[in-house]
Amino acid sequence: MIEKFIALKAVAIPLDRSNVDTDAIIPARFLKTIQRTGLGKGLFHAWRYDENGTEVPGFPLNRSACRKGKILVAGDNFGCGSSREHAVWALMDYGIRCVIAPSFSDIFYANGLKNGLLPVRLASREVRGLIALLESSPGSEIAVDLPAQTVTGPDGAAHPFDIGSFPKECLLKGLDEIALTIGHEQDIARYEREWKAKAPWLFLDL
Amino acid sequence: MATIFRKIWDRHVVAERDDGTCLLYVDRHLIHEVTSPQAFEALRLAGRKVRRPLSLLAVPDHNVPTSPDRLEHIEDPDSRKQIETLRENARSAGITLFDIDDVRQGIVHIIGPENGLILPGITAVCGDSHTATLGAFGAIAFGIGTSEVEHVLATQAIWQKRPREMRIEVAGDLGFGVTAKDVILAVIAKIGAAGGTGYAIEFAGDGIRRMSMEGRMTVCNMTIEAGARFGLVAPDGTTLSYLEGRPAAPGGAQWESATADWRTLRSDASSRFDREETIDASRVDPQVTWGTSPEDALPVTGVVPDPSDHPDPAVRARRERALRYMDLAPGTRLTDIPVDKVFIGSCTNARIEDLRLAAGVARGRKVADGVTALVVPGSGLVKRQAEREGIDRIFTEAGFQWRLPGCSMCLGMNPDRLKPGERCASTSNRNFEGRQGPGGRTHLMSPMMAAAAAVTGRITDVREVLKG
Repeated sequence: MIEKFIALKAVAIPLDRSNVDTDAIIPARFLKTIQRTGLGKGLFHAWRYDENGTEVPGFPLNRSACRKGKILVAGDNFGCGSSREHAVWALMDYGIRCVIAPSFSDIFYANGLKNGLLPVRLASREVRGLIALLESSPGSEIAVDLPAQTVTGPDGAAHPFDIGSFPKECLLKGLDEIALTIGHEQDIARYEREWKAKAPWLFLDL
Repeated sequence: MATIFRKIWDRHVVAERDDGTCLLYVDRHLIHEVTSPQAFEALRLAGRKVRRPLSLLAVPDHNVPTSPDRLEHIEDPDSRKQIETLRENARSAGITLFDIDDVRQGIVHIIGPENGLILPGITAVCGDSHTATLGAFGAIAFGIGTSEVEHVLATQAIWQKRPREMRIEVAGDLGFGVTAKDVILAVIAKIGAAGGTGYAIEFAGDGIRRMSMEGRMTVCNMTIEAGARFGLVAPDGTTLSYLEGRPAAPGGAQWESATADWRTLRSDASSRFDREETIDASRVDPQVTWGTSPEDALPVTGVVPDPSDHPDPAVRARRERALRYMDLAPGTRLTDIPVDKVFIGSCTNARIEDLRLAAGVARGRKVADGVTALVVPGSGLVKRQAEREGIDRIFTEAGFQWRLPGCSMCLGMNPDRLKPGERCASTSNRNFEGRQGPGGRTHLMSPMMAAAAAVTGRITDVREVLKG
């Protein structure tokens, strides 16, 4: 279900908070769905809306200049907490395709890559700089270039970032990882034969 | 000279990519109603089948009501739909399901071990971050997203990069009134909510060796709250005694071969870790969180910190925000904080030992006026055992509600949740904003501490209650 990601130039939304957890990204009550779509309405629900369902004016996603934002710039440990892929689906359903932060939780990072939401790690100093630029001129754009592995800020400064060669290729080509793994079926079957003989207790049923 | 983590990892490598990413064979796969439906749907759309259905166990736990009438009726149509979808997916793929009328139903991380499905040396995955719980058996167990659930359903394997490795030594004995929950909260406070990101953590030392399997599961359960996907403990006599005779555990001659193998699953003395930490268990007091991250834990004897004391502006901002959300002022003694609700349950603390400890505090006492207290056993088997021991009566006589098993108020997907502004003493694992219901305020603590809060109506040092 990976969506291709090659390059993106779009309005970036500053979210100057650390430890943005998956319950904040998409509260549990929105997880009662058997679909991947439609979750954008629950995105950051407790921060975007007050208890009457009215938009909270100061929240970055609600600022008029940020409405078309497709890039989110946030603090440390983004996506910590639960494994819910709904967090990625909610961001993408809302229109976000890239999150830039100093660090991500391991599960959120992996979930992003599997769907075509690019997680970009930059140094804390660089992220602070980008957030300051976006706060001072709301609605500014950031350019993300995956083949070149760079993020270019509103000031024109380019920031290189790291990404594994395999996930990069999957994102660029929109590859189906399961199909690639099925190519290893003989290895998997061989593994099973070997371990059924060596440690049959691994294959007991309830 | 390898660590236990490396030994188990190396056994499971089916293939390796040039960049070092490994295709690991998955021995056990557990699924629940919330993170699996989209995986089955995608599988169907691609015309793929579940490769090894008998490696799976399915259970509804996250959104099931815990009220006694749930067998007749589940009010919420969305919850009903997810449970029905799980049932249908399990049936059509030939996967074992512990349905809501099955005594073995319960929280996914509790029922796996209870039924002997989780053994030393295996790999286990589940679409749930608290899968790390299962590492307590000396297994590589980790939470995955729904795309990965789909991948494992289709291939029985998963691509993973080797994590870095950390060893946390829990030295010394736990003091009076101090439990595994206090140890892991103290560990998270020490290394931080992202301190374990990118790591697998092996817990070792006397403090761990003397813990029951229940205690070890509590410790491993919350490694994800320190950012680590994997927590594990090497198997020993305690592990084997727990497993022997459980339904899916090997028996007879197989038990002999299995245990001979399991005895080799330990980190060699000269193993190298990327990071080592030590915590002196004898100096850990009962812990309570004051903020909105599990790292915000302090000894119950402490006071709410002043954000301006911290040198890092990002930490100051986060703490100020947390105090506003929690409606707390710096300098407030933790034991002066009143509670509205008490929740004893969750994959962290709803096993039999947890209920015994909490009941020990509740026995002969009464839930304070104005406090609502819930006890939600982790599984039907835990519930039955507790009822055999009379634990249910201790709780109900004290004024606690005795519920049916499920995740319940840990994440408020079912009707058990906090109202805006309500404050809860909770044995669960996350105190995030809105975790237990929109606007709800969570203080994490051990089952004994939660029971103490229930009977006094405020956060309380359980040692004072027990001393009388």
